[in-house]
Amino acid sequence: MAKSGFSRLLRTTGFRLTAIFLAVFAIFAAFLISYIARNTTEILQNDIRRAVDAELAAMALQYERGGPTWLARVVELRSRQPGASLYLVIGPDGSKIAGNVETVPDEVLASSGTDAEIVPYVWLDEEGSRRRYSALVRVVDLPDRMRILVGRDISESEQLVRVVRRSLILTVALMVALGLVAWLFVSRRVLKRIDSIAESSRRFAAGDLAGRLEVTGTGDEFDRLAESLNTMLNRIERLMLGLKQVSDNIAHDLKTPLTRLRSRAERVLAEGKSEPEYRGALSATIDEADQLIRTFNALLTIARVEAGSSDAAFSLFDAAAVARDVYELYEPLAEEAGVALRLDSDGPVMVRANRELISQALANLVDNAVKYASEGAARPQAVIRVCREGGRVTLNVSDNGVGIAEADRTRATERFVRLEESRSKPGAGLGLSLVSAVAKLHGGELILGDNRPGLAAALNVPEAAAGHAV
Amino acid sequence: MSPLLNDLELTRRNGYLVVMRILVIEDDKETASYLIKALGEAGHVADQANDGQAGYDMAMAEDYDVLVVDRMLPKRDGLSLIAELRAAEKQVPVLILSALGQVDDRVTGLRAGGDDYLAKPYAFSELLARVEVLGRRSTPKEAETVYSVADLELDRLSRKVRRAGTPIALQPREFRLLEYMMKNAGTVVTRTMLLEKVWDYHFDPQTNVIDVHMSRLRAKIDKGFERPLLHTVRGSGYVLRDDG
Repeated sequence: MAKSGFSRLLRTTGFRLTAIFLAVFAIFAAFLISYIARNTTEILQNDIRRAVDAELAAMALQYERGGPTWLARVVELRSRQPGASLYLVIGPDGSKIAGNVETVPDEVLASSGTDAEIVPYVWLDEEGSRRRYSALVRVVDLPDRMRILVGRDISESEQLVRVVRRSLILTVALMVALGLVAWLFVSRRVLKRIDSIAESSRRFAAGDLAGRLEVTGTGDEFDRLAESLNTMLNRIERLMLGLKQVSDNIAHDLKTPLTRLRSRAERVLAEGKSEPEYRGALSATIDEADQLIRTFNALLTIARVEAGSSDAAFSLFDAAAVARDVYELYEPLAEEAGVALRLDSDGPVMVRANRELISQALANLVDNAVKYASEGAARPQAVIRVCREGGRVTLNVSDNGVGIAEADRTRATERFVRLEESRSKPGAGLGLSLVSAVAKLHGGELILGDNRPGLAAALNVPEAAAGHAV
Repeated sequence: MSPLLNDLELTRRNGYLVVMRILVIEDDKETASYLIKALGEAGHVADQANDGQAGYDMAMAEDYDVLVVDRMLPKRDGLSLIAELRAAEKQVPVLILSALGQVDDRVTGLRAGGDDYLAKPYAFSELLARVEVLGRRSTPKEAETVYSVADLELDRLSRKVRRAGTPIALQPREFRLLEYMMKNAGTVVTRTMLLEKVWDYHFDPQTNVIDVHMSRLRAKIDKGFERPLLHTVRGSGYVLRDDG
């Protein structure tokens, strides 16, 4: 487990990112180290060079003032001071006259007059031990074919560069180490969250529809991901429940009439004697079948609208015009039923929606309103009102019929629910659920209210943005 | 004799009936033979093709007045068959039969070149009415500006209606309803067809709103006249005709 856990860590995006960043920083650090080291060396050596030059100039001055003997004395004096520079005065014959340097390679002496250069040298101390150092030396010709060499030890500056380099390397190493630790920590944490998401999804897929992803509440990207996935799961659950409800309802509301249909046919077959009897039974069967087909179609429409997959042929149209069409369609029916149907609308209100579905939903509401008003009221009336408020277009249909008790209003939009009072009436009880589904498809809702007396149904959908052409 | 045939006899007697050659392309044998038989009883001549390829060949070879095409067929699917007929400049009217009844399916069907769309399951009277209306397209009425049946006259340009010379005032929707009825005079039209063609609604209103519109229209054009022109056909729909 531990090994596979680690190899899983290596396969994470986090690891790849960390590796890339570490490489980039390492290259950057290496560049920084070499740059600083080089500059430090240069600055220090320039200082030493200047000091050597200054000393040579001073020596030349001493020589001018007091000749070779004086120079030799000055050199001897300086040589003995603690932390002295390197000195060597050489006579015309090449022999040492004064100084604290024993021998010098010939090629160094031969370079007299040129710029200072770095040469290795050996320091002989009292105990006779030999240690190698480097020095910056310069040789200058004096009159009378004498030469003087002045040099300074540069071990110190080299040491400094070494220290700088070492500390930078240490820093980089530390950085890499810390980066790896941080990556390990972060990746483990991220992996844990991902694993929890994967686990929850697996459980959901396995059938635990109530399970949701953990939201820690920190509002980080994982929380956001979990939230949107949860929204998706909610929708899936709703669809699944819808499907289950549909099959339950099909079992109930389609099987019942099917049974009735079948037993009627059976009975007539067993008892029927005359042609009119057969004829009557057959036409009743056809009526029943038509009703079944109608119920079935309504169910399919609702299911498709709820799934949001009606390939939603959305277009831009005037909701008031749709209301007027529906009003015209129902006005004769209302008149015949003795219901005063009225249309209230003020000017065009544009919506982007599925015109057919909005028409059908509104027709359902008006159909209901006329039906219930005609039964419940002394002076039955129904009103279609189109208004817009706060970026939403509301299609109100109200009647003064019996209405729906407050406790039943939510239930009324569920499929197949026929409230007690309406159980005897035609219609498969799918009207309001279709309206509700249509509202949801358009990002709106169906609100059932009290019209005192009667029902006030309000279907609202978002208003299309002004000037939004098709 | 069935009520349908009674009605048919009436139509025939008054010279309205046009015998049509119909090709039914349907793979379900029982449905197909029932359709052939029933169309024959309605006075038409119907042939049958069992798959898309045979249907295409027959439609190309013969001159049919109407094709009834199932959307899902073996060998060649209904929509591609229609599209190919149209590509071959075959302008015969096509009624598509389909188990898919949603608006978008209908739109796909009509876009492929179909002229009308009927969702399964359907009543035969509905299919017959649609086939007969489609078949009448061969005798174009679109070009006529004045429709007349007996002493009823409808002027499509001035939008005026007269019966025996007396002007009749109609609402715009009533005018369109009458216009559609007169255009298809002598042919039975169903409530669903009226809802589709006159109102452009493809859903099923729970209550039969069309009947009320019809009785209003009837009150305006038939009331006070001896011979009624607008008839209800039981179990089917309506027909506008002069029964002489």
